[in-house]
Amino acid sequence: MKLSENLIEVRDLDFSRGNRPIFKNLNLTIQRGKVTAVMGPSGTGKTTLLQLITRQLDPDAGTVIVDGVDIAPLNQYELYRLRQRFGVLFQNGALLTDMSVFENVAFPIREHTKLPDRLIRHVVLTKLHAVGLRGAADLMPSQLSGGMARRVALARAIAMDPDILIYDEPFVGLDPISMGVIVKLVDEINAALGITSIVVSHDVHDVAAVADYSYVIADGRVAASGTPEELSNTSSELVRQFMLGLPDGPVGFHYDAPDYDEQLLGRRGD
Amino acid sequence: MLFREIFVTFLNFLRTFGAMWLFFLRLLGHTPSVLWKRFALVGYQVYNAGALSIVIIMVSALFVGGVLGLQAYSNLERFNAEDTTGIFAGFALIKEIGPVITALLFAGRAGTALASEIGLMKATDQLSAMEMMAVNPLRYVAVPRFLGGAISMPLLTAVFTTIGLLGAHLVAVELMGVDVGAYWQQLQSVLDPEDVHEGIIKSVVFGLIASLVAVWEGYNCVPTAEGVGRATTRTVVITAIAVLVFDFMITALIL
Repeated sequence: MKLSENLIEVRDLDFSRGNRPIFKNLNLTIQRGKVTAVMGPSGTGKTTLLQLITRQLDPDAGTVIVDGVDIAPLNQYELYRLRQRFGVLFQNGALLTDMSVFENVAFPIREHTKLPDRLIRHVVLTKLHAVGLRGAADLMPSQLSGGMARRVALARAIAMDPDILIYDEPFVGLDPISMGVIVKLVDEINAALGITSIVVSHDVHDVAAVADYSYVIADGRVAASGTPEELSNTSSELVRQFMLGLPDGPVGFHYDAPDYDEQLLGRRGD
Repeated sequence: MLFREIFVTFLNFLRTFGAMWLFFLRLLGHTPSVLWKRFALVGYQVYNAGALSIVIIMVSALFVGGVLGLQAYSNLERFNAEDTTGIFAGFALIKEIGPVITALLFAGRAGTALASEIGLMKATDQLSAMEMMAVNPLRYVAVPRFLGGAISMPLLTAVFTTIGLLGAHLVAVELMGVDVGAYWQQLQSVLDPEDVHEGIIKSVVFGLIASLVAVWEGYNCVPTAEGVGRATTRTVVITAIAVLVFDFMITALIL
C-alpha cells in the first residue's frame, strides 16, 4: 500500500476559547518526512493548533486526520497509542523536575517498554549523545541552562523514535549559540530519523533555515503558505509585515481601543 | 439581582462539588492498578506526606495534650475528681481532637505541599508532557499522592493521639501529681472499642477529604503563579471547613 503524502490533515477547523474565536475554517496539511513550519504573530493560537493536532483540546468543528485516522472518535487507549508516535518539545522543556536528566529521557521508555535496565541505559545515552549532553546525564533539571533543558527535552522527545516531532517555539529565549545548536538538531534529526517535523515559531529567519514548507497563520486562518522563498516574495501585506517585522500594518500596533481623544479628554475627536 | 447572584453561586458550588465527586471516583477507579503497578510511587508519597509531617504532628500533640491535661486537672479538681483527668483527656483526644487537629495540621503541612507541587507541575507543562508521552498524569501524579495522603492521615492521627495522651500524662501526673495508676486505669475502664472506632473512622474520612481537596486543587488550578498560590490557600480553607462539617456529621450519626 502506498503511504499518503499527507501525514496530518487539518480540515475546516473551528475553535474558540470562551467567546473569542481562535480558528475559523482552518485548513492545512503536514507532509510526510518534511519539516513544516507554522508561523504567525503572538496570540494567533499556534500552540493551540498543536494541542488540537494532538487532541489535548477538542475542536468546535472540523477534523484532524493523522495518518488517515480521524482522531476525534478515538478512546483514551487508542489516543495514547497514537500519541506514542508523537514526540513533543515543549516551549519550556517541561522536564519532570523530580528526576535527573537520565531519568527524564528514560521515563517514556520505562513507561512503554519492558526493556532491561542495561538496554535502557544504552538507548538513553545514545539519545543524550545525539543532543550533545551525554555528560549531563546525572544533573537535575534545575542545574541546566534554558538551552540545555530544551536539548534534554528534545532527547526525551526522540526517546521512543517517534514518527512525528513537534517543536513548540524551540528558539524562544535562547542565546545565539544555543539557538544555532537547536536549529542544527532540528535539521539533523529530521534527516537522520526520517521523521516528520512541525515547528511552531514566530522566529522567521531561523525557521526559514530549517523549514521545507511554511504556513503563516493570522486572524484564525492560514494567511499564506509556501516554501521560504515563496513566502519572502509574497504580495500579501500581512505576510510581508510579519516576515519583515514591521511594527504597523494589517496587524495593527494598537490593540482595539475606544477613540483616544474621547477616552483621554472625554470628548469626541474631530 | 442579589437573589440571582446567590443562585449562580449556589449553582457553581454544586457544579464544583459534582466535578470533585467525579474526580474522586476517577481516582478510586485508578487505585487498584496504581497499587499493583506503581506501589513504589505510593510508598514515596506516604513518606512525603506522612513521614515528613511527623515532627509537626508530635510537637503539636505534646502541647495540645499538655493543655488538655492542665485544663482537665484544674477544672476537675474543683469537684475532687482530678483522678478522672485521664478520661477527659483520653476521650477528647481519641474521639475529637486527635483526628480534627491532625487533619488541620495535615492540610497545612502536606496538603499545601501536594497542591502547590501538582499546580507547579501543571504550570510548567509537566502534566501536558506526560499526556503527550501517553502517560496518564492522573495515574502517575494524582493517584499516588492521593493514596499517600489518605494512608498517612490515620497513621498520623494515631501518632498524634498517643503523644497527646503522653503530654496530658506529663502535665497531670508528673506536674500536678495525679496518681499514675488512676490516670491510665480510669481511662481504660471507661473507654470502649466504639470510642476508638469513632476516632479511626474520622481519621480515615478526614484523610480522604484532605488528600482529595489537595490533589483536586493542584490538578485543577489556573496554571499561573497566582493560580498556584490560590490553589494552595483554598486547599487549607476548604479542608478546614470540610473537616469540621464532616466531624459534626459523623459525631451526630454515631451518637
